[in-house]
Amino acid sequence: MKTETDDRRVAAANPHQPILSVILSVIPGLGQLYNRRYIKGALFLVFFFGAVGLLYEFMDIGFWGLFTLGTLPMVDDSRSLLVQGLISVMLLAFMIAFYIFNLIDAYRDGEKLKMGFRIPSMKQAFQETWDRGFPYYMVLPALFMLVFVVILPLLFMICLAFTNYNLYNLPPAKLLDWVGLDNFVALFKQEVWRRSLLNVLSWTIVWTFAATTLQIAVAMFLAVLVNDPRVKFKRTIRTVFILPWAVPSFVTILIFAAMFNDDFGAINRELLAPLGMHVPWMSDPFWAKITLILIQVWLGFPFVFALFSGVLQSISRDWYEAADVDGGSRWSKFRHITLPHVLYATAPLLIMQYAGNFNNFNIIYLFNEGGPPVRNQSAGGTDILISWVYKLTFDNNNYKMAAAISIIMGLIVAVFAFFQFTRSRSFREEKLY
Amino acid sequence: MKKSAKNRLELTGIYLIVLFVFAVIAYPLLWTLSISFNPGTSLFSSSIIPDVWSLKHYQWLFSDPSSDYLLWYKNTLLVASVTSVASVIIVAFVGFAFSRYEFVGRKYGIYSFLLLQMFPVLMGMVAIYLLLNVVGLLDSLWGLVIIYIGGGLPMNAFLVKGYLDTIPRDLDESAKMDGAGHFRIFFQILTPLAKPILAVVALFNFMSPFMDFLLPRIVLRDPEKFTLALGLYNFINDQFSNNFTRFAAGAILIAVPIAVVFLFLQRYLISGLAEGATKG
Repeated sequence: MKTETDDRRVAAANPHQPILSVILSVIPGLGQLYNRRYIKGALFLVFFFGAVGLLYEFMDIGFWGLFTLGTLPMVDDSRSLLVQGLISVMLLAFMIAFYIFNLIDAYRDGEKLKMGFRIPSMKQAFQETWDRGFPYYMVLPALFMLVFVVILPLLFMICLAFTNYNLYNLPPAKLLDWVGLDNFVALFKQEVWRRSLLNVLSWTIVWTFAATTLQIAVAMFLAVLVNDPRVKFKRTIRTVFILPWAVPSFVTILIFAAMFNDDFGAINRELLAPLGMHVPWMSDPFWAKITLILIQVWLGFPFVFALFSGVLQSISRDWYEAADVDGGSRWSKFRHITLPHVLYATAPLLIMQYAGNFNNFNIIYLFNEGGPPVRNQSAGGTDILISWVYKLTFDNNNYKMAAAISIIMGLIVAVFAFFQFTRSRSFREEKLY
Repeated sequence: MKKSAKNRLELTGIYLIVLFVFAVIAYPLLWTLSISFNPGTSLFSSSIIPDVWSLKHYQWLFSDPSSDYLLWYKNTLLVASVTSVASVIIVAFVGFAFSRYEFVGRKYGIYSFLLLQMFPVLMGMVAIYLLLNVVGLLDSLWGLVIIYIGGGLPMNAFLVKGYLDTIPRDLDESAKMDGAGHFRIFFQILTPLAKPILAVVALFNFMSPFMDFLLPRIVLRDPEKFTLALGLYNFINDQFSNNFTRFAAGAILIAVPIAVVFLFLQRYLISGLAEGATKG
């Protein structure tokens, strides 16, 4: 009872208006000053005017550059202007976030003052900022790296897809222009591009599913086999099976490329020559594709095998004993006990395997650079999307098309990501995390 | 009697399959090893069982004035050490924040890390190449270091966060009661407990510059700045069959230490990945 009257008295003695402090905060810092948080207010003021003063010119040029991509050839470099524009957009987003924070902060402090809370001392205020902001400070360096190494390049790439940047239009000698959806229209309408895209896309999908599924199937088969209680030397067998994963893959792919070489590779010379066979492993698209899938199985099964082995060892014996009592066959035990356990525990990582092979540049490029060449097509016979993008970028300097195809790739990866999300969410709900 | 015969037959079948897989795994590896001991330099003249065993390619790599192998080794070591130290520090901070604090944006932060993990740095290669050009970090080892750190961040952060989640919160909460600050909890309580996963992150980041050839190929131009993988690739890219034995020797020298370290560490990686993926 007593406290209530106290509160009322304090409120009456404090005709402080939180709303007024918000309105004053239209210029950050003033509201805080009104709330008698002098140091905070001063800091906000300095920060606001400092940021505006220092960055105004940079951002002004940035936004101008983002819209026009420069007006004077040889003087304006469209690429730098584009980068400056993107950085300006991100800075603006950051500033808006700060501005909103400033308004909310002014309101909260005003409310507290009105309720009669005492204004915290400088030490308390500092402590509070430190405590509340701590996780943000910890994430900040990583966020900074991510923004510049991952997010900025991705945004830049998206922008390039809507420009006319190619071999015949290279900055700084020429200016870039926004061309809208022209590149995508060309990709789907022009015969050469359309055929290339269709062929590459279909092979990429076949490659992703065939190689990954086969590598998972082989891994599953071997993991179940080795897990058989009668098998001895399990540790040794597992160590040897993991070996292909342990050796750097660029080394093994180059070695396979040499071994499968049509003319002087070991496979044709040492293994098949005695049988009187000669297979065009690299120069025939069909055989090149088969070879790539086989090599990827060799390279990729050990990781999945190691994963599966770990899960298999953790499945309780009781399940199998119960199945034995019910007279379950070996296949039904595998189908109804082993398989669900293993797949459930490893699904997110298996999806990652599919995504990894979808983007598996190394094997395609190192084996025979996406070859053999195909007539009337801008991509080689075994090129997947990512290796095609690489060639367009570094061999043909056709940046606009490379960027447009990268966007298509990004959309497909987003599908994988969606599956991944639903998976991890189901896990979360299961465990009530 | 009949059952044990069937039993034995099955077991023999299993061992036969295992032996077959052994052979398939071993063949390319042993082939490379023996190629590296062939005296000639071309692939065509070398055979899987050399007439004369010779170490001259190994000697060539280290002592010939025209060989940049040691220089490449030095570059790779530099890139690898900086990447590894910087990654561990940054990633430990992120893992700590995501694992131990509730804050606005945490959930979306974790989601975006999960998402970015699927978009390889490579997908933005057009942009990375042009961007590095704009800021003048093309053909520089530092440009390479920055991309390695940023690109590995999402996955590494997940590894560390997953591991920290398994350390009971009671520990740091009781320390907080006793008045320990954020950094004190982090450095004196969690870091010592998280040492295994931090060591794994450090090692994997240390090893990846030894294994990656694509990013160096995009970023580096000057042969004096090459890393090992890129240098070796150029051995055989220039004159394919003529330098293959030297490539084999150089590759063996990278592959053996990496494979050994890897075999020791893989179980940490597997459990780390499994934790990170399922607990999100």
